[in-house]
Amino acid sequence: MLDGRSLIKRRAGARLWLAGLWLGGLFAAALAAPLIAPQDPLAQDLFLGRMPPFWMAGAEPGYYLGTDSLGRDVLSRILYGARIAFLVAIVAGSLTCLIGAGLGLAAGFLRGWVDLAVSRLIDIWMAFPPVLFAILLIAVMGPGLFSIILAIVVIDWTRFARVVRAEAMAQGAMDYVASAEVAGRSRLSTMIVEILPNVLPTIVVLLTLEMGIAVIVEAILSFVNLSVSTDDPTWGGMIAEGRTSIHQAWWVIVFPLITLFLTVLSFSQLGEGLKDRFDPVLR
Amino acid sequence: MSFLTLEGLSARLKGTDHRLLRKVSLSVAAGEVRGLVGESGAGKSMIGKAILGILPRSVEIVAGSIVLDGVDLQSLSPRERRRKIGASCALIPQDPLTALNPSRRIAPQITDRLVDILGWERKRAEDRALELLGEVHIAEPERVLRSYPHELSGGMRQRILIASAFAAEPKLIVADEPTTALDVTVQKQILKLIGEMQRRHGTALLFVTHDLGVVSKVCQTLSVLYGGMVVEDSDVRSFFAAPGHAYSRALLAASPKYTDPDGSLTPVPDAVIEAVRQEVAAADRTWSHG
Amino acid sequence: MADLYELTDVRLALPDMTRKPFLGAAPRTEILKGLSFSIGRGEILGIVGGSGSGKSTLGRCLVRLLEPTGGQIRFDGVDITHLDASQLRPLRRRFQMIFQDPMSSLNPRHKVGQLISAPLRLHGAHQPDREAVLALEQVGLPRSFADRYPHELSGGQRQRVGIARAIALKPEFILADEIVSGLDVSSQAQVLNLLAELVRDLGLTLAFISHDLSVIRRLCSRVLVLYKGEIVENAATADVFAAPKADYTRALLDAIPLPDPDQVWA
Repeated sequence: MLDGRSLIKRRAGARLWLAGLWLGGLFAAALAAPLIAPQDPLAQDLFLGRMPPFWMAGAEPGYYLGTDSLGRDVLSRILYGARIAFLVAIVAGSLTCLIGAGLGLAAGFLRGWVDLAVSRLIDIWMAFPPVLFAILLIAVMGPGLFSIILAIVVIDWTRFARVVRAEAMAQGAMDYVASAEVAGRSRLSTMIVEILPNVLPTIVVLLTLEMGIAVIVEAILSFVNLSVSTDDPTWGGMIAEGRTSIHQAWWVIVFPLITLFLTVLSFSQLGEGLKDRFDPVLR
Repeated sequence: MSFLTLEGLSARLKGTDHRLLRKVSLSVAAGEVRGLVGESGAGKSMIGKAILGILPRSVEIVAGSIVLDGVDLQSLSPRERRRKIGASCALIPQDPLTALNPSRRIAPQITDRLVDILGWERKRAEDRALELLGEVHIAEPERVLRSYPHELSGGMRQRILIASAFAAEPKLIVADEPTTALDVTVQKQILKLIGEMQRRHGTALLFVTHDLGVVSKVCQTLSVLYGGMVVEDSDVRSFFAAPGHAYSRALLAASPKYTDPDGSLTPVPDAVIEAVRQEVAAADRTWSHG
Repeated sequence: MADLYELTDVRLALPDMTRKPFLGAAPRTEILKGLSFSIGRGEILGIVGGSGSGKSTLGRCLVRLLEPTGGQIRFDGVDITHLDASQLRPLRRRFQMIFQDPMSSLNPRHKVGQLISAPLRLHGAHQPDREAVLALEQVGLPRSFADRYPHELSGGQRQRVGIARAIALKPEFILADEIVSGLDVSSQAQVLNLLAELVRDLGLTLAFISHDLSVIRRLCSRVLVLYKGEIVENAATADVFAAPKADYTRALLDAIPLPDPDQVWA
C-alpha cells in the first residue's frame, strides 16, 4: 500500500507491548499482593517513620520504597492500592461501556424515537457539571467503592453514547447495511452482526481510555477523602498524605504518582494499539 | 523545445522495494496536450503529482529528472522548487466537490493565489477573476463570485476550478481526471471548455485519464502506462489507427464504443496482461538496485 | 405469462433538508414523478440517466429498500409497494441487488465466505458454506477466496463477490446498480461478460442501472431513459440507438466520447 502502513504497525506494536507489559505486571502484582507485598500495608510503626527508599543512606531493609510518616511501607501500599485501582477501572469501565455504547449504538443505527430519546437524555445529562454531580452522588450514597463506581458510570456513559452514536450513524449509511436488508436480515440482527464489528475498534479505544479515567477519578476522590475508608491504601489517599511531608519525604508522594501516571498512560496506549490490531484493513 | 521533460523518473514507496514509477520519460511541448492513460495503479496520477511537487510523504523519487522550462526541479531547494512550480504550473483536480473550501466564498478562492503567491493587488486579482468566469461561460459572474460552493452545481464548480487554474497564466496545467465525477453531458461541455481555454492561452496540458474516448477528443499525444512504466508513446491519430503495443491494443478493444457493440468491451486477454507484467519485471531486472 | 414486475404511476417524494425552514417541516421534493413500466421475465432492462434522474432511487424501490409514496409495484402479481420488513422477508430471496461500490457494500470485517453464506443462512439453506463456494466458482473465483477479506481483493474481484452473493440465493430478479462504473475497462468487460453469461444460464431477469449507454447497448434488450424523475424513452435497445425519440436521449448519445479521433463531436 502507498501510505507506509507497515511503519504505523511497527510503532503501534511497540506501544501495545510496553503498555501491556506494565498493566499486565501491575495487575498480576495486585492479585498476588498478599503473597508478594514485603510488609503489611496497614502496619504502623512510628519508629520507622519516613524511612528513605533502599538506595539512600539510612534505608531500612525490607522497606524498598521507603515508609510514610506513620511508618507504613510505600511499596506494599502501592501494591494494595493497585487492587482498588484495577477493581474500579475494570468494573466502572465495563459498566460505562456497556450502557453508553449500547445506547449509542441503538440510537445511531435504529434512529427514530430511540435516537430522539437517547439524544435528549445525553443533552440533559451533559448540562450537569460532572464534578458537582459526583460529589453530590457520593454525599447522598456515602463514600465507598460502590459509590465511586456508580458515580463514574453515571457521569461518563454519555462519552461512549455520543461517540458510538456518531460512528454507528456513519456505518449505517454504508451499502453493506442496505445489502443486509436486501438479504432479509432484521434491523436488530443487522445492528449486531454488521454494525457492531465495525464500531468495535472505537469502543475498545474508549473503553481503555475510560479505564484510565476511572483510575484517575478514583485517585481524585480518594485525594479529597470521598473514596474508601482512609485506612485502606489507595493511590489517591497516598498522594494526599504524601503532600504534607513532601519536603521531608518526597518518596511518599512520588512513587504513587509515577505508578498512577504510568497506569493511565498505559491504558490509553493499550487502546490505540488494540484498535490497529482489531482493524482487518490495517492488519 | 519542450516545456516539460521527464527523464527516467523512478519513484518508490519510501524505505521499501515497492516501485511506483519505473524510468518514466516523456515530454510536453509548449501548447501541447498530452494524455496520460492507464488503469488504476498504473501511476498516471503519481506522475502529475511528482511534477507539481505534491507527492505523498510516503513516496520518494529515487532517480531521474523533471525539467521544467529548462530548470531541473531536483536541483532546486524545496523553497525554490515550490516557487518555480507555483509560478508556472497549475492543477485541475478530479473532484470539484472537495477541491473548493466549503466554508469560503468563491472569489477569495480564486484570487488568494494571485495575491499571496504572485503578489498581485487585490483589485487586479478580482478583475481578473471576473474576466475568467466570463471566459469559462459562467452567466452572472458577480453573483457566482459571492456564492459558496454548495450553492453551485458540480459542472459549475468544475468551471470555476478551470478558471482558477488558468488565472495566473501558467505554462503547464495538469488535469487529473477532471471529468470523471461528472455526467456525460456535462463532461462534454467541460472537455470542450478545457480545449478552448488551452488553445486560447497556448498552455501545455498534461491530461490524466483512464478513458481513451476522452483522450481521442482532447489530446494530441499520449503515453500509455502500465505498472508505473510507459509502454507506448504516440500521437493520437496513429495510436487510434493502430496502437503499437499489444497492451494498448487490448485496452482500446476493452473501451466501450456504442457504435460497435460487438467490437468493443472485449476483456483484456490474460496473456496480454501476463506479457506486459513480464516486460515490467524484465525492465526491473536490468535496472535493479538503480 | 404475466410480467415479473409491473409498476403503475410509482412516485417517491423525500423531504428536502436543504430547503427546510427554521421551524416546521421540510418541503418535499418529488424524485420519481409517476413511473409506469413493466419488466418481462428473462428480460435485461437497461435503466439510464444522469445524476439526479432518479435511476438509483427507482432501483431501490424495485428491491424495496425504499418505500414509494404513491403508485404500485407488483412483483410476480404480488403488490409489494407497502409491505413491511417481516412481510417482505420471505420474498427477499427472490429479488436481489448488486451494489455500485463493493468497498461499501461488502462489510470490511467479514470474510468473503461469510459475506456470501450469511444471506443463505438467513433463508434457511441446508449447506450454506457449500453453496457459497459453489457461487464463488460460478463467478470464476477460486474457493480459497472464501477466507479472504474484501480489502485483499482487486476491484473486479470484489464486484464478482457482490455478484456471487446475489446469485447464491437463486433469485428470479437481480438489480445491478452501476456495478461497473468504478472498475477499470479491462475488468469492466470481464464483469459484463460474466453477468451476461449468468443471466442466460440461470434464466434471470435483470435491471441494469448505468450512466453509460455503451455498456447498456452491449448488455440490455430494452432501455428505459430517465430524466429528472420521468421516463423519456422506453424502447428496444436497437431502436434507441438507431433512432432516439427523446431529445435527452439524443444529447446523451452525442455526448459520449468514442475512442475515435474522427468522431464529430459538435
